[in-house]
Amino acid sequence: MNARALPLYATIAIFLVAYLLCWLQFPNILSTRVIGNLLTDNAYLGIVAVGMTLVILSGGIDLSVGSVIAFSGVFIAVLLRDTSLHPLVVFALLLALTTTFGAAMGFLIDRLAMPAFIVTLAGMFLARGAAYMLSIDSVPIQHPFYETLQRAYWLMPGKGRLTLIGVTMLATVLAGMILAHRTRFGTSLYALGGGEATARLMGVRQGRTTMLVYAFSGLMAGLSGIVFSVYTGSGYSLATVGTELTAIAAVVIGGTLLTGGAGYVFGTLVGVLTMGLIQTYIVFDGTLSSWWTKIVIGVLLLLFILLQNGLVKLSRSRLAGDAA
Amino acid sequence: MLLSIRSLTKTFPGTRALDAVDFDLAAGEVHALLGENGAGKSTLIKCLTGAYLRDGGTITLDAAPIDPKSTVEAQDLGIGTVYQEVNLLPNLTVAQNLIFGREPRRFGLIDNRAMRAEARAMLAQYGLDIDVSRDLGSYSVAIQQIIAIARAVALSGKVLILDEPTASLDAREVQMVFEVVRGLRARGLGIIFVSHFLDQVFELSDRITVLRNGRKITTERTADLDRMALIEHMLGRALEDEILHPAPEAAAEHAPLLEFQGFGRNGMIAPFDLKIGAGEVVGLAGLLGAGRTESAQLMFGTPPAQDGTARDGSGPLDLHSPRAAIAAGFGFVPEDRKTDGIIADLSIRENIILGLQARQGWARPIPRAEQNRLADDFIRRLDIRTSGREKPIGELSGGNQQKAVLARWLAMNPRFLILDEPTRGIDVGAHAEILRLIHDLTDAGMSLLVISSEIDELVAVADRVIVVRDRRHVAELTGPRVTADAIMRAIATPEEAA
Repeated sequence: MNARALPLYATIAIFLVAYLLCWLQFPNILSTRVIGNLLTDNAYLGIVAVGMTLVILSGGIDLSVGSVIAFSGVFIAVLLRDTSLHPLVVFALLLALTTTFGAAMGFLIDRLAMPAFIVTLAGMFLARGAAYMLSIDSVPIQHPFYETLQRAYWLMPGKGRLTLIGVTMLATVLAGMILAHRTRFGTSLYALGGGEATARLMGVRQGRTTMLVYAFSGLMAGLSGIVFSVYTGSGYSLATVGTELTAIAAVVIGGTLLTGGAGYVFGTLVGVLTMGLIQTYIVFDGTLSSWWTKIVIGVLLLLFILLQNGLVKLSRSRLAGDAA
Repeated sequence: MLLSIRSLTKTFPGTRALDAVDFDLAAGEVHALLGENGAGKSTLIKCLTGAYLRDGGTITLDAAPIDPKSTVEAQDLGIGTVYQEVNLLPNLTVAQNLIFGREPRRFGLIDNRAMRAEARAMLAQYGLDIDVSRDLGSYSVAIQQIIAIARAVALSGKVLILDEPTASLDAREVQMVFEVVRGLRARGLGIIFVSHFLDQVFELSDRITVLRNGRKITTERTADLDRMALIEHMLGRALEDEILHPAPEAAAEHAPLLEFQGFGRNGMIAPFDLKIGAGEVVGLAGLLGAGRTESAQLMFGTPPAQDGTARDGSGPLDLHSPRAAIAAGFGFVPEDRKTDGIIADLSIRENIILGLQARQGWARPIPRAEQNRLADDFIRRLDIRTSGREKPIGELSGGNQQKAVLARWLAMNPRFLILDEPTRGIDVGAHAEILRLIHDLTDAGMSLLVISSEIDELVAVADRVIVVRDRRHVAELTGPRVTADAIMRAIATPEEAA
């Protein structure tokens, strides 16, 4: 077994144990209703976290996604309010826009050899500012198509609702897994995260890969914005502040190395669900402040960073042992 | 000829790196390319691999002229390269590393099963049967190096350039890699072998070409060349005999300076006793990972010893941290100067005064005039070759960087200096100078602990050699008993313990 996969197993184990503990206290938590809600409530986060996972695997970071989600919501709401375009057309416009935005950031990061942190930080302000420009107020979305989207769900056994947006997230995760683990693009991401100079020597097309991965992250942020607008039924420029950090937290809790080169997209799904589970527990408990979510996430993050640090040291000392 | 280079010329601003160099490589031969740093070896290789564009001359491969403009293009033409640092990705699996860029695909997706099978088949040619789905980083450097060779051969297949492939391997691993190289030679590849290790060159190569100052000096069959002649070709002058073949002197009496008793730490080195005399050079010999560096690190407090005491003539010494060790008059020149020694962007002057300033405290800056004086003094005394003291140290050659790091410690005037692999990765000329410097230092009364993989070097400088094996001090050789033969035997067999 690869030591690299250990954080993934740890993530899955923590999720299962946490679920077990919740179940012991509130047996109702193990129902398809709760699971359905878990998927629905965290759909937007899961989608954006898939994009973030690939970016982090390549050794980068994308701080713009929270703002892009907010921008997407406002963009959709304003366009549906002021024009007679069909939502699907608006979606297509939006996705093209956010994908181009991501690609542009990737282009700058590669061409100017600038840190991703700075470029995407600028992107974060830019997107948030653009959202304010469109509207300062929360804009409700009223469109028959939206109502259809919001009502679309499959009934699972036990009356749980698997909503369209929940399914969208699962499909995104699947797409992300295939992209990361079964394509040359995915291997290139791992290669870049493992060492840029070496990756170049091995024939990775660095510029193209960097641009593509930020474009993908932009696409995911746009999709996440659509899902979020379906979820909330409105567009608001102050929404999803700090979501990029929550997404990064989910990725790290999911076992991906923050410095890149190691991790699994599936782990990110488990990371998102773990964070959702904590929230669900707090709702079930009813007496706890919702801020406990943040505290538990903080502790989990620390735990995972320690675990990965330990693993890196372990593999190093084992190597030294081999050499002796 | 498989590959022939005619009057290859490459000029950089100010220097002619290659001056009408001819070089021939036959199929099925290992051709060593030797020369001091700056001789033009790397430039020649970079022109071959397309990393540099040549200014003049022709390169023909299989009788067809070639003009590679990138490493990828060179690879496609048939020229593959393996570097000193394994240029593969430790975080990818062995199979991914081997097949990267040529993954078998099914329905547009990578076919992992076929990829693993292909990778296994590739490695089987080299007698390597390992789990290709594990991360490359979980294997030893030697195996990684063989995997790098396998990848290079698979991609190119005519010419293989090995640039210092054995620098971070121990003796047993070197043999593993050599077996692979011999196998490739038998398969008819032309192999260019660059190495600082002359023993390895003599062991492996069929022919040797020596470059000096951008010119080809000679190409000879290895069997016709003796070591002395080779070194003279490389240096363009005769080496001083005493450095190469020192007569073992009788052990001089040294006044005791330091005494370590039961010094040890779990997982690093078993407790050892060690006495060091004033002006004495103690060598530490052993294989890579045997506990040489670890012994030295304990003495310097990184990390501190768990057991044991250290004392000098006046009482016990506190060595719990490098800071405390420096206060006790210790110095440590680490093995990896790039990461632990130099600060590449700072000037030579700044690098030299760094230690002195740190000891004095940053609140009391050393006056600039004093800094200049110190820097110039050491540049002159150690013969650091540079255009001036303000040149960033990263632009110096390895040997000169090493001298500057040494100068930093000498500026602090320690009584006990630890040198970990002081000559690693530097050329023959600088090598001899550093050995001479060691002699000068001890003449001035400084005590030294020298760690080295090169046994000849220890024999040349050490009054006494401690042999380390399996994280234990196993033997101590003194005076006339310090011979390469005795050290080798002590490393190899436990019964040799004195």
